[in-house]
Amino acid sequence: MRRVMVGIKRVVDFNVRVRVRPDNTGVITDGVKMSINPFDEIALEEALRIKERGLADEILVVSVGPAEAQQQLRTALAMGADRAILVQNAGSAAPLTVARVFRKLIERESPFLVMLGKQAIDDDNAQTPQMLAALWDRPQAVACSKLVLAEGKATVTREVDAGLETNEIDLPAVVSVDLRLNEPRYVKLPDIMKAKKKPLDTVTLGDLGVEAANGFKTVRVEPPPQRQKGIVVKDVSELVAALKKKGLV
Amino acid sequence: MSTVLVIAEHLGGKLNPSTAKCVTCAATISGAAIDVVVFAADGAAVAQEAASLSGVRAVLRVDKPVNAEPVAAVLAPQIAKLAADYTHVLGPSTTFGKDLMPRVAGLLGVNQASDVMAVEGPHRFKRPIYAGNAILTIDVPPDAKVVATVRVASFEAAATGGNAAVETVAVDVPLPTHTRFVDRSAAKPGRPDLQSARRVVSGGRALGSSENFKIIYSLADRLGAAVGASRAAVDAGYVPNDMQVGQTGKIIAPELYVAIGISGAIQHMTGIKDARTIVAINKDSEAPIFEIADFGLVGDLFSIVPELEKQLGS
Repeated sequence: MRRVMVGIKRVVDFNVRVRVRPDNTGVITDGVKMSINPFDEIALEEALRIKERGLADEILVVSVGPAEAQQQLRTALAMGADRAILVQNAGSAAPLTVARVFRKLIERESPFLVMLGKQAIDDDNAQTPQMLAALWDRPQAVACSKLVLAEGKATVTREVDAGLETNEIDLPAVVSVDLRLNEPRYVKLPDIMKAKKKPLDTVTLGDLGVEAANGFKTVRVEPPPQRQKGIVVKDVSELVAALKKKGLV
Repeated sequence: MSTVLVIAEHLGGKLNPSTAKCVTCAATISGAAIDVVVFAADGAAVAQEAASLSGVRAVLRVDKPVNAEPVAAVLAPQIAKLAADYTHVLGPSTTFGKDLMPRVAGLLGVNQASDVMAVEGPHRFKRPIYAGNAILTIDVPPDAKVVATVRVASFEAAATGGNAAVETVAVDVPLPTHTRFVDRSAAKPGRPDLQSARRVVSGGRALGSSENFKIIYSLADRLGAAVGASRAAVDAGYVPNDMQVGQTGKIIAPELYVAIGISGAIQHMTGIKDARTIVAINKDSEAPIFEIADFGLVGDLFSIVPELEKQLGS
C-alpha cells in the first residue's frame, strides 16, 4: 500500500479577528469559527492530486487535538482523504509532542510521504515537520512550492528568501508545504455525506506510548501595540506632498 | 552564565545581516558569552566578517565540502554536537533558520522558541502568535537547552569593529546523503521580492480584472516597489497565489505599503500591520483599511492611481 500521511490542525479560522482574553491567558476561542489550518489544506490537496495521478493508494489524515478536531478530519475526508486518525489531546500539544506522535504512527503506517503545512496560523511555530524529519532521520522539504515524484525520490522546489531552491530528496520524506503549491478544492455536499461513512479512529497519546514533550509555560498573552489612526487626504497632490515630507518617495 | 552559539547565515561568501541581528539578540541575554559558527566549504571570508561583530567572543569555522550549501539535514547534526558546550543556540527567523533550527531542536529533544522578538530573561522570551495579533511570553523549562529563532525585524544589527578569534573546529558526526542541493534561482528577476522589498504596492478585488492590474504594476515600477494582492484578488483569479499578502500569504513589513482597492479583511491587515507607513486608496470611506492607514484617500482608483503615478514622476 503506497500511503501518504497528512497532518491536519484545527485552528481559529483565518477570517476571524483574534482577541486576547482579558485575563491574558490566551486568545478567545469560545464561539469562534474553527477550520483546517490553511497550509494543511494545501498539503492535503497535494496528497489527493498525487493519488489521482495514480502515485498513491491511500491518503491518511491525522490530527492531534481536542475531540472537536473530528470536524476538521471529516472535512478532510470530504475533500477526498480515505481514512482519519484523531490523537485526542486536551489543550495544545507542543510541536515536539506532535512530531513524536507522527513518528510513532509512521512505524505503524509506513507512509512514503508525510505532508504538513509549513506552519499553523495559531501558534506560528513552524517546527513540527522539521522536528519529525529529525526524529525520523529522513529528508525534509520545507516551504515546498513544487513537488515532482520519481521512483524512490523526489525533486522539490522550496520558497527561500533568495528566491527558489531546488533539492533532490530520497523517499520516504517529510514535506512542509507553502502557498504556491496548489489551490485546494472546495468540498461538495454529496462528498460531505460520503465522508460520514469513512473510518475515523480515535486514540490517545497513552495508547500510542508517546510521552508529551516538556512544553513551554505560557506566562502571558497580550495584544500587540495598536497602530495610530492616520489622516484622510483630500487629493493626490496632498498625498504626494505628505509622502515626500516623510521622505518615502 | 549563559553561553550562546549563533549560527551564521551566509550566501556567496558574504555574511547575511541576519547574523548581526542574532548577535544583538544574544547580547540581550545578560552576561552571555557569544560565539558564532560558520559552516561552509571554505568559511575564511565569512568568519572574518563575523569576527568583526562587536560582542562576539569567538568564531568557529567548520569547513567541509558538504557544508558548501546550507542543507538543514546536513548542518543540524553538526550543530547538535556543538550545542553540548552551550546553554543557547540561536539562528535567524529567515527561511534559512526556519528550515534548520527546528531540526536542531528535534535532535536535541526540545521545543523551539520561534520568532523571538524580545528577551526577558535567559529562559523567558516574547514572540508573536496569530500572525502578530497577540504577543506571547513564554518560559522555557530551566533545565532545557534553549533553541530559538530570532525575529530579525525586532533587532538592530550588532556594530562592527570587534576582533574575535577565529578557530577552525572539526565536528565528527555521521552526516546523511538523503538530501542533495540542486540549485537556487531568484524568483522574479527585475522586480523586488515581496517579502524583503522596502516598498510594496498591492491591489484588491476592486481592480475588477487581471487586465486592470497593469496600473498596479505600472505604479509599482515607478516606485521601485514589489507587487502584492489581497486574498480576494487572488481568489478572483486576477493574480497568482504567490502574490498574496496577509495571514495566509506573505506577512510583510515594508517602509511603505500602498493598498489599492483593498477593503481590509482581517487576514490582510494582519499581514501588513508592521509596515512603517500605510497608504490606502479606496472608494468606500467606511472601509476598515482606513482604520490602520497613515494616509487615506477616498475615491475612484482608476483615476487616482494614474494621477499618482504621474505626480510621482514629476
